[in-house]
Parts: sequence; structure tokens; C-alpha cells
Amino acid sequence: MSMKISNRQVDGVTILDLSGRITLGEGSVQLRDAVRDLLSKGSKYILLNLADVNYIDSSGIGELVSAFTTVRNQGGELKLLKLTKKVHDLLQITKLYTVFDIKDDEAEAIGSFTRS
Amino acid sequence: MVSRFSYTLDSSLDSVNKVEEAAEQLAQKSGLDEDRIFQITMAVREAAVNAVLHGNAYDPQKKIVASFENTGSSLIIRISDQGKGLDPTTLPDPLAPENLLNGSGRGIFLIRSFMDEVHFKLLHPGTELTLIKHLDSNQNRA
Repeated sequence: MSMKISNRQVDGVTILDLSGRITLGEGSVQLRDAVRDLLSKGSKYILLNLADVNYIDSSGIGELVSAFTTVRNQGGELKLLKLTKKVHDLLQITKLYTVFDIKDDEAEAIGSFTRS
Repeated sequence: MVSRFSYTLDSSLDSVNKVEEAAEQLAQKSGLDEDRIFQITMAVREAAVNAVLHGNAYDPQKKIVASFENTGSSLIIRISDQGKGLDPTTLPDPLAPENLLNGSGRGIFLIRSFMDEVHFKLLHPGTELTLIKHLDSNQNRA
């Protein structure tokens, strides 16, 4: 039921590979903590790889939005990579699909960050 | 096949997960496709989260009641709490531009998006949400 997060660096961008569920409680808290930890270390270019996220609830959606605004407010960028159909549909229903910068290709996503 | 069952549960995340699993099983047994099973499961989870988090505020003295019914033509799920009561007319529109970047407030919207009917009833104290998915109309929909 829980979510796993692993972390890698590519060309100045931190990729968080998420797998499992982002829901109220564990998943949402883990994501919040992971993003805060990166920001505290000065990593403000973040790509969330959601390819293995098979479920997200309204709390998880809210956490994605909060992470997006938190990173942006600190002068960084947070983008989403490889949405599953369910997550894609949820972001469309909630009109968030146009808010996030969403990519399907990792190399393209990495290249799209405007690092200062 | 008509079936009905219900649970009275503590105000906890474990209860949310139990209600979610029950909804998934009900939807699976009714023969719905994977997309509609997902919709029902998610809507019921959101209703359970509302009951536990916003209704009962994790109060160990308060319970939630979840009932599940397959009437043969519809799935009817009722989730009630013992909280202050929810007035759905006061909820902000999560799709409004000024609310789009809010970190919360999408649960009831998703429930309404995924179910055919959603009804609110004040219980004094508490709220009961009734979620209905019509089986026949869904089978015919693309």
C-alpha cells in the first residue's frame, strides 16, 4: 500500500522515482518530506517520475500541487514524467494537466529545465 | 444478485483502507469494467477520507458507518460520520482559477465526477453521503 522513493541526479536535475500509491498519510507525507529535503540541500530542479505510481487520491494530487508551488516559490522547477493513464486522467479532470509541465521522455524532460 | 453489508469503524486511516477494499470488491463482483471499478473505489475512498478526516477529525470516540448495496440495477454506498456536518454548498470550486493551486479541496469534486448520483444528508450530528452508480447505464456507456 505504501510508496517508495528513490533519488538520482542527471545533469543538475534531481529525479525522484516514485512507485506505489500517493495517498493520504504515508505516500503524501513521504513526497512532501522528499521535496523539502531536496530544497533544504539546494536542489531545486526536480523531476517526479510517476511511471510506477498506480494510484493517487485527492490528498496525493494536493501534495503534487503543493510541491509544485513550494519549489516554484523558491525559484526552482518541478516537472512530472511518465504519467500512468489513471494519473493523467485525474490531472485532466482537475484541470491540473495544463498547470504542470508533463513529459514522456526523460532526456527531453532533463533538457527542458532552465537551470540558472 | 442483490447484496448488502455494512461496517461500523473507527476514525482511522485503516478504516479508510478497509472501506476502499470493500468498495473495490463490490464493484468487481458487479461485473463493471476496470475504469468504473477504479472510479467507484476512488469515490468511496474520498468519501471515507472526508468522514474520518474532516467529519470525525480522527476522534477515537466517533465512528464511521459504511454500507454497501448492490440492488441489481445500482451500486449504492453510504458513508456517515459523527462530525459537525458538511454543507456542500459552501465548498469552493476546485476548478476556479483562484483555487487551482490549492493543496486540498478536490475530494467532493472527484466523488461527483465519478458517481452518477451523490446525495448529502445532515444527521445531527454528522453527515451521510450516498454514492450511487447505475449499473445498466454504465454498461452502455463508451
